[in-house]
Amino acid sequence: MAKTKKTETPAGDARQPVRTGSLFAYAPAPESPAAAGEIATSYGHFIGGEFVGSSGSEALKTVNPATEQVLAEFAQGTEEDVDRAVRAARKAFADWSALPGSERAKYLFRIARIVQERSRELAVLESIDNGKPIRETRDVDLPLVAAHFFYYAGWADKLDFAGYGPNPRPLGVAAQVIPWNFPLLMLAWKVAPALATGNTVVLKPAETTPLTALRFAEICRQAGLPAGVVNIVTGDGRTGAALTAHPDVDKVAFTGSTPVGRAIARQLAGTRTRLSLELGGKAANIVFDDAPLDQAVEGIVNGIFFNQGHVCCAGSRLLVQESVQDELLEALKRRMGTLRVGDPLDKNTDVGAINSAAQLARITELAAAGEQEGAERWAPECELPGAGYWFRPTLFTGVSQAHRIAREEIFGPVLSVLTFRTPAEAVEKANNTPYGLSAGIWTEKGSRILWMANRLRAGVVWANTFNKFDPTSPFGGYKESGYGREGGRHGLEPYLNVEALDV
Amino acid sequence: MSEQTVRPDAPARIGVSKTYKLYVGGKFPRSESGRVYEVTDSKGQWLANAPLGTRKDARDAVLAARAAVKGWAGTTAYNRGQVLYRVAEMLEGRREQFAAEVAAAEGVGAKRAAALVDAAVDRWVWYAGWTDKVAQVVGGANPVAGPFFNLSTPEPTGVVGVLAPQAGTGFSLLGLVSVIAPAIATGNTVVVAAAERAPLPALSLGEVLATSDVPGGVVNLLSGRTADVAPTLASHQDVNALDLAGAIAPDGPGAAAALEAAAADTLKRVVRPAADPSAEDWTAAPGTGRLRSFLETKTVWHPMGI
Repeated sequence: MAKTKKTETPAGDARQPVRTGSLFAYAPAPESPAAAGEIATSYGHFIGGEFVGSSGSEALKTVNPATEQVLAEFAQGTEEDVDRAVRAARKAFADWSALPGSERAKYLFRIARIVQERSRELAVLESIDNGKPIRETRDVDLPLVAAHFFYYAGWADKLDFAGYGPNPRPLGVAAQVIPWNFPLLMLAWKVAPALATGNTVVLKPAETTPLTALRFAEICRQAGLPAGVVNIVTGDGRTGAALTAHPDVDKVAFTGSTPVGRAIARQLAGTRTRLSLELGGKAANIVFDDAPLDQAVEGIVNGIFFNQGHVCCAGSRLLVQESVQDELLEALKRRMGTLRVGDPLDKNTDVGAINSAAQLARITELAAAGEQEGAERWAPECELPGAGYWFRPTLFTGVSQAHRIAREEIFGPVLSVLTFRTPAEAVEKANNTPYGLSAGIWTEKGSRILWMANRLRAGVVWANTFNKFDPTSPFGGYKESGYGREGGRHGLEPYLNVEALDV
Repeated sequence: MSEQTVRPDAPARIGVSKTYKLYVGGKFPRSESGRVYEVTDSKGQWLANAPLGTRKDARDAVLAARAAVKGWAGTTAYNRGQVLYRVAEMLEGRREQFAAEVAAAEGVGAKRAAALVDAAVDRWVWYAGWTDKVAQVVGGANPVAGPFFNLSTPEPTGVVGVLAPQAGTGFSLLGLVSVIAPAIATGNTVVVAAAERAPLPALSLGEVLATSDVPGGVVNLLSGRTADVAPTLASHQDVNALDLAGAIAPDGPGAAAALEAAAADTLKRVVRPAADPSAEDWTAAPGTGRLRSFLETKTVWHPMGI
């Protein structure tokens, strides 16, 4: 490994000169914001196949986190709005669930196709509303969104063969609350299996990223989806709480933070409402001394800086074997120095904007706690835009298991580095958290991969790769990372009445 | 047969009655409370004193169950199947004893009780056969769109707190087996609160398990007041899942909700009680619902290439 000069950056200083080592800087390659199509100045809900106003007068604003410019106003859904949406879904359920699976499938295929046709528009809109780089929305989010609708379309007429017994039935009305980190992908994860299994849905997108869900409502209309099968109610946590507490929903699916998931589980205790939860994580990315270091570095970078680290399964704890720590960290820092942070609409951008001011404040606070607790902070030099919410890709070394940055989900581009000596110690440290969503293993030794994979208490284990997703592959956590799986055949079960047990 | 009993002029023989004890960590302790409660048959006739298990007993049982997880989950599915089948063998040999206990507990006739015990034996056999098949049925290779080997396999969730059925057809033994066997077949360990008013079949089952190659701590059986023990299991930080089959009267109809709410703090996996637990028919085919309830799905990815 060639030595590079260490470039220490004072923490928290957002104004640093452009890194000078890059001889071949990339010219800007901006995507046109106009490709997002027309963004209305204000939006209501999508209920019963129509865009409708809210019964309340409160409106929220969604901003472009890269510029802090207001993109649109949208309705703060009231209890009455939620009730209207649930009634619309209930009304639509009878016909939708009675439709032959082969016919339901065609609607899902149509949606998948329209998503593909409009993918550039949706990708740009997603980048504008969320702050994630266009390279990710274009190459990861949108292809996966379409793939999920294709995959579950194929299940709609094959449910008898899914392994849940003969004649599995839909549950009814599904209340779905999704986060802001993958607005359309989380929508697809929730809506596609729910519709394939014959349920109708009321979906609440996150309050910082409602625009692509509302655009999706247009797609449902283009696909000719019967009115009320998909309903979208916007708003913040209050709207979400009204939706998950509604007495006439049969199923609640939530993706978000562990505290909110816990509150919902408590709220639904003693009811017959079914619940699935995809909650937080604090994944360990474990690098052994025989790992292919260059690939491992790419995997670590992808693991924690993909989508600004706004990923529940992000590899936020790097566990590196002591003997290769120096070599790995040097290579990692060099690689981090090449990350381009900035305009999400620039096709060269690797790390976009932090989704909101509130999230930036949380990341800033936790990173400060890292320093206060004695960990050493490092970030590459890079110029950050003047407006918008930004956080440099950041690395902490000298982190102990007791540090907050090693225990709490930061949900930002902050990597904590811990070390280990033996595989048993790596397992012990990796499992030493209440979470159990994902983990990574880097080693050339196959038997060690299998040994480790067996012992890691995590729902997804990536060996010599990280952050891979696919509609055929179940995703979900152990322990306090929630219950249920999304994706694959397993993703059907939370929407099916498969046993007398679950009636 | 001793000589005295066959002599016509001998006084009537006094039977040897049994002191029922808890079954925790492979041993038969009395309750730490040093207390017992009266167990009666369906007509109110005294049968025995059962240990009045306490919250401390429940915590001790969780410790034993946790200690047993690694070994039990780590044993091969084939071996677990053999052990479960061995339980059936041992139970078969004690059919008459269990038939008498079931008859007393549920107020059914001897013939019916014998049939319920037979069904309980058969259920062990059925679940014994599942141990090495469940991974094939609920797991599998995922055809992802890329050059990856991608496999989903089920794993036990850990320690399961079980409230044994308190009602329904065949609840006292067949129902008990129907909630224990699926949890341990997949590698979990259990702490079971036996049916409050009919704990004797459960306590006797402990004797069967102790002689069946089931490692100590894999199944722990407590008798006592469900309302005392259940909240401890529901809120315990080291219990991963909860089967609320028996969360009914005398705790009152709100008990299941309160227990489920307590379980939410640690996001335990919860199997809710039936809408009407007293109408539950434990003789019905069980399906795979309980077998799947205490499994986690782990998906492992690896790149493919040369």
